[in-house]
Amino acid sequence: MSAIAVSTTINGDDVEFLCNSDETLLDVLRDRLGMTGSKEGCGTGDCGACSTIVDGRVVCSCLVLGAEAEGRSIETIEGMADGAALHPLQTKFIEHAALQCGVCTPGFLVASKALLETNPDPSEEEIRFWLAGNLCRCTGYDKIVRAVQDAAREMREA
Amino acid sequence: MGFDPSYQDRKFNAVGTRPKRPDGIDKVTGRARYGADFNMPGQLVARVLRSPHAHARITSIDTSRAEALKGVKAVVTAADMPDLTGGKRSAFAILSNCMARDKVFYDGHAVAAVAAIDARTARAALKLIDVTYDVLPHVVDVDAAMAADAPLLHDNVFTRGVDPRPETSSNVAARSEFGHGDVAAGFAAAEVVVERTYKTEQTHQGYIEPHACVASVNPDGTAELWVCTQGHFVFRQTCADLLGMDVSKLRVTSSEIGGGFGGKTHVWAEPVALALSRKAGRPVKLVMSRDEVFRASGPTSATSIDVRIGATSDGRITAADATLRYSSGPWADAWAETGAMTSFACYDLENVRTVGLEVLVNRPKSAAYRAPSAPMAAFAVESAVDELATRLGMDPVEFRIRNAASEGTRSSYGPVYGPIGIGPTLEAAQAHAHMQAPLGENQGRGMACGFWFNFGGQTCTDLNVNADGTVTLAVGTVDVGGARASLSLVAAEELGIAYDRVKAVVADTATLGYNDMTDGSRGTFSSSMATISAARNAIRVMRERAAMTWGIPVEDVVWEDGHARARTPGQGNQSLSIKDIAAKSGNTGGPIAGHSELVADGAGVSFATHICDVEVDPETGATRVVRYTVIQDAGKAVHPDYVEGQYQGGAAQGIGWALNEEYIYGADGRLQNPGFLDYRVPVCSDLPMIDTQILEIPNPNHPYGVRGVGETSIVPPLAAVANAVSNAAGVRLAHIPMSPPRILAALDQKG
Amino acid sequence: MLAEGGEKAFVLAGGTDLLVRMKSDDFDADLAVDIKSIDGMDSISESGGQFTIGAAVPCAAMGENAALTAAWPGVVEAANLIGSTQIQSRCTVAGNLCNASPAADSVPALVAAGAVAVVTGPDGTRNVDVADMPAGPGKTTLAPAEIVTAITLPARGDHGGDAYLRFIPRTEMDIAVVGAGVNLTLDAQGTITSARVSLGAVAPTVLLVDAAAAAITGTRLDDAALSALDTACAAACNPIDDKRGTVAFRKQVAGVLARRAARIAYDRAGGK
Repeated sequence: MSAIAVSTTINGDDVEFLCNSDETLLDVLRDRLGMTGSKEGCGTGDCGACSTIVDGRVVCSCLVLGAEAEGRSIETIEGMADGAALHPLQTKFIEHAALQCGVCTPGFLVASKALLETNPDPSEEEIRFWLAGNLCRCTGYDKIVRAVQDAAREMREA
Repeated sequence: MGFDPSYQDRKFNAVGTRPKRPDGIDKVTGRARYGADFNMPGQLVARVLRSPHAHARITSIDTSRAEALKGVKAVVTAADMPDLTGGKRSAFAILSNCMARDKVFYDGHAVAAVAAIDARTARAALKLIDVTYDVLPHVVDVDAAMAADAPLLHDNVFTRGVDPRPETSSNVAARSEFGHGDVAAGFAAAEVVVERTYKTEQTHQGYIEPHACVASVNPDGTAELWVCTQGHFVFRQTCADLLGMDVSKLRVTSSEIGGGFGGKTHVWAEPVALALSRKAGRPVKLVMSRDEVFRASGPTSATSIDVRIGATSDGRITAADATLRYSSGPWADAWAETGAMTSFACYDLENVRTVGLEVLVNRPKSAAYRAPSAPMAAFAVESAVDELATRLGMDPVEFRIRNAASEGTRSSYGPVYGPIGIGPTLEAAQAHAHMQAPLGENQGRGMACGFWFNFGGQTCTDLNVNADGTVTLAVGTVDVGGARASLSLVAAEELGIAYDRVKAVVADTATLGYNDMTDGSRGTFSSSMATISAARNAIRVMRERAAMTWGIPVEDVVWEDGHARARTPGQGNQSLSIKDIAAKSGNTGGPIAGHSELVADGAGVSFATHICDVEVDPETGATRVVRYTVIQDAGKAVHPDYVEGQYQGGAAQGIGWALNEEYIYGADGRLQNPGFLDYRVPVCSDLPMIDTQILEIPNPNHPYGVRGVGETSIVPPLAAVANAVSNAAGVRLAHIPMSPPRILAALDQKG
Repeated sequence: MLAEGGEKAFVLAGGTDLLVRMKSDDFDADLAVDIKSIDGMDSISESGGQFTIGAAVPCAAMGENAALTAAWPGVVEAANLIGSTQIQSRCTVAGNLCNASPAADSVPALVAAGAVAVVTGPDGTRNVDVADMPAGPGKTTLAPAEIVTAITLPARGDHGGDAYLRFIPRTEMDIAVVGAGVNLTLDAQGTITSARVSLGAVAPTVLLVDAAAAAITGTRLDDAALSALDTACAAACNPIDDKRGTVAFRKQVAGVLARRAARIAYDRAGGK
């Protein structure tokens, strides 16, 4: 079986890579492109640690084939900050101590970014249900929800 | 190093504030590197072949077809990991668990492993390993394993702690007993007695990061291991022992860790990765799948607990008795013993007895899970205490206050308590707004107390003052949740400098002396004690340098707010900042540092009281937590945000354990739910905000009064939620988790 | 392509079931045919009140379609219960149907709505009632090399309403332990003139429970009717004990959910 050549856009940059037909987008990001920010927590779409945005929708990259990236626009945690300027969500997560071990944090940030792009003024319940696909075992989610609320407020006022 | 009374009323400058953690930016940008984020040139990919049987003899293993597959560079079995343990039982158990010898003891037990050029080849190679099994009867339930006709896991288990020694082998590995007084007389004097058996199912720590490592062994016997671990020094010792390597030749670097909670204090597949690397002559990367994490790492014990408590009608407990059966997996450990110690620790009892029974079953080897063994014992005892309070017509908090331990109480497990927080947390619960809030339809409220010992242990710390006056603090306790921030605060406090002038790093095994693991809630407690000691040593050096510069005796130099000052006015109005002293250090005697190697004693027990409101759907048994409050004694909260985070995280794990998390086995002894789909940890929409209240009753054995905080918060939730559900449903639930089918069955039975 | 691929060729739409299966040890796929870029597969259209949902439309897009949500809120809420936000960005109701899990969330709602699958194969195109598609756990009545290209929903008509409820132990993420879809049409006085009641996760395939429909047709969904509905649903179940629920639990809860879904559908249809 020969490798597939893929042309895509990642965090605004043109990227080309080769991958096997059964490799996932997560495998490609981590093992072919060295972008280890997205994490594999389960490999079956149950934990959200691999969350990336594909053509504007947040997905589990462990359930997307690398080959499916062809012609699409992909956003990962590595592209969330604008150079040295952190995204308000990133800043608020640190301020609110919304991370402890931090392994779920990239997934939460990408999923929260997608939420605020869809709904800039979510209620607590809307935040919790949107993020239900992102598991955190350290924080009990309290400070994560507060960080998202605070970031949303700051982004609305900007 | 005892409590420094000058801190009693002192206003802390750094400790107790809430600055940003130093590793925050790396973690929010995806730059932080966890176990699977590291690669070595030329590395191979490892996969492990695991038993599909719960109990079987291995009659043959033929790896020749796998070895012949193009791209496979090494295959290992037990033959490549011979027994070098010299009869040490616990080391042999670890070795056997890493790679089965002649028997497999659980679904998922490793029997062989391969290292190949890519994942696809490794997967294919596993299918070419031929293993024949002689399947044996299995037993997975802790009570069934004690039955006379239960299948036996081993033929040489004669219960330790029983006199006379049993003549026949069984699955009961050990018996332990604690207590004092005369429980028979105590029950005779009781006017009300509650007696019940409680069961808890097996749960897993559920860390989001699977175990991962990269191992590289050189032909000369030197080796490197990159691994996510709670204790890189312990891992180094264990791996070296199992593989017959010199400890000093193995350098272990801990990656950032994506959760541990006790599950990463033990080796699972790391010795296998090293064995593969040694055989292949190349680095080997081994990452466990989520399925493997559930089947083959270390879940906690399943338990069956009998509790009997008697009291007089005015609410004084006269006797308390518990028998606790804990599952250990295939080899004995001390889980039941620990449960027996913690059971009644919250109470002042004249007559108490606890008996712990360690039971072997065909499940993975149990490991520590955050205050190991305490949550289950607390579930049983706090449920019984609640029932007793109800039978007496007393408020459950008031009843506990009346019987709570305090300074001078002889604990049920032996030691006499110093100043402790159980009374204060109960009083705070009574006064908390949560207790007064009205309940809605189908809602119920419950509360419970919890206890944990907290540990000290061996700790080394280096504090180096850089030429520009900043400070590098090297610690050996892995940072699981923000400790680098807390330790930087402690260094800043001692030195009298700004928090952001301190950089804390976790050193590897080649650059620092031995450190015990980050477990037992010891990370901040022990490393802060060592940090304080190292800082005071560095301050001593800086005072000497100032004294030398001014030509006065060192006794006349004091250290204040980051400056050396001459004590007496006559010696001039002299002051040198840490920056001044550091800049000149090359001329005054060389680099400035403080070291500390100590055993941090006196960690200080901590207590908590939790309050929980639930809503139970009476037609389906569906249950949600609608309000939750954690009140816990921290001694001294170094970084309050992270103390709150520990409280909330432990509570969330306890809620999941209480409501939906359990290992489900089929009749064939295979684990049916080794994934996050059907092993149901709480998701974001399952929980409300979790309120916290930090109490500070100083630990007399720490300079600032710090107590460990990470574990106590998982101890009360099982009972707090069970008491709340029982109140909401109007029927006592005694089997954890209280999944909807169990609650609905109880409601139906109530009628 | 699928015809040539035979048993080891699979359709790839959202991939949220297929990729999970591909990763398990006992699964072999030689070919995955990605239908997402085929014309018409990724759009929702409406004509004369009838909706056509392309087989590659992600469930999230269904929830974003205001007209579809207004006409068939039960179908949309069922589709939007599958998995998580991330899963819904990719999963499709066609895939949910063809994966043929007995617990599929969207299927009872589609069956209750009277949805039809547009099936295309080497021998041409045919329409199949969604109710007739599942053949057993993991099996459909599709012939080899046939694929679903769209799901159609009939015109809603006046005084109609549908609803879907499922039972899961947590608030999100779980596979349905029981699913109940109810679709009602009322007359101007609020009497139910036609009903379809469909249950999921309580039998090897989704159930369309005629007895349950009969129990409420001709009524205004009073307590007696609801009680008869409950009984009929519990009796129709043929569930198993598994890691998600017991037989007794599923039977009891099926009746409860059917009652509750019927009330919601009745309110949406304008009944009081």
